[in-house]
Amino acid sequence: MAIISVKNLIKTYGNGEVETKVLRGLNLEINSGEFVAIMGKSGAGKSTLLYQISLLDRPTDGQVIVDGVDILALDEDERTDFRLKHLGYIFQDYALVPELNAIENVIIPLLMEGISEDEAKKRGTESLKELGLDGKANNRPNQLSGGEQQRVSIARAIVQNPQILFADEPTANLDSMSSAAVIESLKRLHEKGQTIVMVTHEEEYTVDCDKVIYLIDGQVAEERIKQKPLK
Amino acid sequence: MFRKFKKFQTSLVVGTLLAKRQITRGNFWINLLIIGIMTLTFLSLVVISGILVGLLEGSFQANRERYSGDVFISTLADESSIQSTGMIQSTLESLPIVQDFTVRYKSGATIEANYRERRDFSALPNSVGVNIVGIDPEREESVTGLSESLVEGQMLESDESGYILLGSTFIRRYSNFSDLFEPLDEVYPGDRVKVSVTGKGLTFSSDLSGDSTASSNTQEFIVKGIVKSKVDEVSLAAFVTESDYRRLTGDTSLNAQEIAIKKADGYEDQYVKQVLVSYGFSNLAKIQTAAEAIPKFLDDIKQTFSILGTAIGGIGLVVSAITIFIVIYINALTRRKFIGILKGIGISGTAIEIAYVLQSVFYVLIGSLIGALIVYGLLVPVIAANPIDFPFSDGILVADPLPTFNRFLILFFVTVIAGYLPARLIVKKNTLDSILQR
Repeated sequence: MAIISVKNLIKTYGNGEVETKVLRGLNLEINSGEFVAIMGKSGAGKSTLLYQISLLDRPTDGQVIVDGVDILALDEDERTDFRLKHLGYIFQDYALVPELNAIENVIIPLLMEGISEDEAKKRGTESLKELGLDGKANNRPNQLSGGEQQRVSIARAIVQNPQILFADEPTANLDSMSSAAVIESLKRLHEKGQTIVMVTHEEEYTVDCDKVIYLIDGQVAEERIKQKPLK
Repeated sequence: MFRKFKKFQTSLVVGTLLAKRQITRGNFWINLLIIGIMTLTFLSLVVISGILVGLLEGSFQANRERYSGDVFISTLADESSIQSTGMIQSTLESLPIVQDFTVRYKSGATIEANYRERRDFSALPNSVGVNIVGIDPEREESVTGLSESLVEGQMLESDESGYILLGSTFIRRYSNFSDLFEPLDEVYPGDRVKVSVTGKGLTFSSDLSGDSTASSNTQEFIVKGIVKSKVDEVSLAAFVTESDYRRLTGDTSLNAQEIAIKKADGYEDQYVKQVLVSYGFSNLAKIQTAAEAIPKFLDDIKQTFSILGTAIGGIGLVVSAITIFIVIYINALTRRKFIGILKGIGISGTAIEIAYVLQSVFYVLIGSLIGALIVYGLLVPVIAANPIDFPFSDGILVADPLPTFNRFLILFFVTVIAGYLPARLIVKKNTLDSILQR
């Protein structure tokens, strides 16, 4: 069953004479529980696609249905609320709030959902532990390595059990060991049934993906289903 | 409705956490800078108007301490003296609400100095017109501390005769008004002066040697001291003992012109006045509290200065509001990426705005608290102990709690708005644009 359905998605930047069409009538479907990688060269539109389907940006035209909701019909507050309740994000540069320590960074979405601080801390601690960060809860981002920061970011993204987890080049700033640890974490989450949509440049990290979507010039050039080699 | 309230409640929790962390773990120097600005703004709001008002308030206070006392009894408009002064005195003696009082007898007089050295009788004598005041030196000292105004010589004593205290305005070396009238040339304690009274009682004249002359109402006095005060009624008067006054003026009436009352501790001026009015004394004399005894135009000037001070402080407030806006805007702008990320992970714009508003509240509270400590813990007592030497008064810093609190409220609201607006501007930006900082 499709948890994300995209039809004729168009995204244009700029206006008038300097208009740049990044996504050109793109169609795709992502099923619940799938681990999907979006690949392509720089400028192919992979990050732009992620931003449109993850509600961080508004498409110029087309239809995007996420978890049964037409997201173009939502206003700004509803989109924020939707992101909080249904989606999780892992950003390329970790995107942790520097003044908050690891546990505070993780529990902040839970507090926003109205969960008590004690309960939030309990769940946050479990998430950190799951990602091998027990003992780092009180460390601030500048006291953690890049890999640890990214795992805190993953803990934050999964702590409220989102329907879909979006990851924008999560290994781009990491060394190979840390990258492997992050991918391993995502793999484990997928094994538990988590839907994951990941943008990456690295072919090797798509091995465990159910589906790899290859973009060229803002359109889906090819979809590779598990084990199926790319042309 | 409930959902909205619940949402606001959770925004408040998250906003509070973010504000707390940004204050405690944010840039120390930025915090210090903003608090410093808040403190200076608070001071400019309170101190500028406080000094302007204090400039006159110091004058009013000196008037109370050196001249009028807490309650002042003077003649009715159509009378030349306080009727039944003796009865009023007896009553005042018996009232526990009165700590002490001093009775003054006043008359116009002319003082001539340097007459023994006068060689040219075709030239004008070295003389000035003064208010001659007959006092009981001990009681005057008790109520107004007249001796504290002495700049030369000594205080009068009750049991002596033939001595006079001269107001400094009449002596050339102290006078600022020598362009308006000819003051007495060099007169020092120990010098002799002639005092002439016109239009009163007896007509005789004598000098200290006892030689009688034909001139009327004139006596020779030895200058015992010179009093200088920013209260004109003191520095524009000449004081003699009550008995000398009677001898000089020939006034045998016991009715005085002024009574200055020092109230006992724990009573309000108004209460003491009401008690005196209840005795029917208001039919015999004009009874005023120290504040009422101040001419209305001076009170109007005080109000004008207060408005002026508020206006000047207001300019400081506007400058400060703009500064706070810029500092918080730059602070928010540099954190734009994190604001975008917070929005991206589902933190409401309200929570982020609350975080910035709470930071502003913190800055204004701490800044004002430090400002209040400086005002009440340092400036007010220090300036009270060492008044600012203005030409016509010893200026103090007036910082009454209620006006100060009102100014704090103005500062509070301006700061909160100055903190909210930049946060609102950043929060309203597209989430992705904020994250990518484009």
